[in-house]
Amino acid sequence: MSKAKGQIAINPARCKGCGLCIWVCPQKSIKTVDEADRRGIRIACCAENAPCTGCGFCYMVCPDTAIAVYKESTTEEPAD
Amino acid sequence: MKRVYGKPDAMTDVPFPYCPGCSHGTIHRLIAEVIDELEIADRAIGITSAGCSVRNWRQFDCDMVMALHGRGPAVATGLKRAQPETVIFTYQGDGDMAAIGTGEIVHAASRCERITVIYVNNGVFGATGGQQAPTTLIGQFSTSYPTGRDPRTSGYPLKMAEMLARVSPESYIARVSIHNVKNIIKAKKAIRQAFLVQIEDRGFGLAEVLAACPTNWRLEPVRCMQKIKSDVIPYYPLGEFSSQSLKAQ
Repeated sequence: MSKAKGQIAINPARCKGCGLCIWVCPQKSIKTVDEADRRGIRIACCAENAPCTGCGFCYMVCPDTAIAVYKESTTEEPAD
Repeated sequence: MKRVYGKPDAMTDVPFPYCPGCSHGTIHRLIAEVIDELEIADRAIGITSAGCSVRNWRQFDCDMVMALHGRGPAVATGLKRAQPETVIFTYQGDGDMAAIGTGEIVHAASRCERITVIYVNNGVFGATGGQQAPTTLIGQFSTSYPTGRDPRTSGYPLKMAEMLARVSPESYIARVSIHNVKNIIKAKKAIRQAFLVQIEDRGFGLAEVLAACPTNWRLEPVRCMQKIKSDVIPYYPLGEFSSQSLKAQ
């Protein structure tokens, strides 16, 4: 059985780089960017080809509601 | 791809003004999610406290009132009695509710006012620079007592949830934490229940949330979460303290 596929989107205006999402991610899919932004903050980002399952843990712990989680639909859409 | 988690509608687009890793943001989000789920955004009125969370009137997309320091339950009582169809919640920190506002909250609880109180317990006065609060743990560093809290001079930390449960016969009072995902989900259930007892006219609702203040605890956000588990929860046990079981029937 293949794992569910997910994707996260991090709002760069809300993220403050606290690192809680990096700590909580069970797949270790999140890292900080290399360059600090104009606020001096290295915000979080999803690593390339990360094995994200869309579990939503990062959204749950994010104190700034900066993360939105998307998940591939596992059930077939009902036909009209 | 379908969006499964994202910013709730009851929250505005204004970024939080808090420090990185501050627990206020998580608790704001839980309240906004509950407001969305219960569909009460058009009749909810929030009351902000003095402290860091004084600025949360910009975060919630519902009516907000600013109360004097510690006077949230008194303002909430007036609003609820004048407009019983509204849903009133106060958002108070430990400096606000357990220090200057102790009188207001004890009497609001004893009257079993149909209001919801979200009480954020992070153990320090965050907004003024990390001074000792009534909830600071024994031995915990604060800027006003750099050698740690000494019970001989400062007394013992106040357990507000247990205390208020004793005086409030019709109530839902719970203590929850947000130090990991499992407890964040439990915290949301407690906040939802604290709103429901008010909406269903069953009593006074209070959710005490154990929170972290990374700046004034002088710790990284991740270590703050570990400190809540190792140091704070042993003194402030989690659970429900209602003197009558007012859980969802």
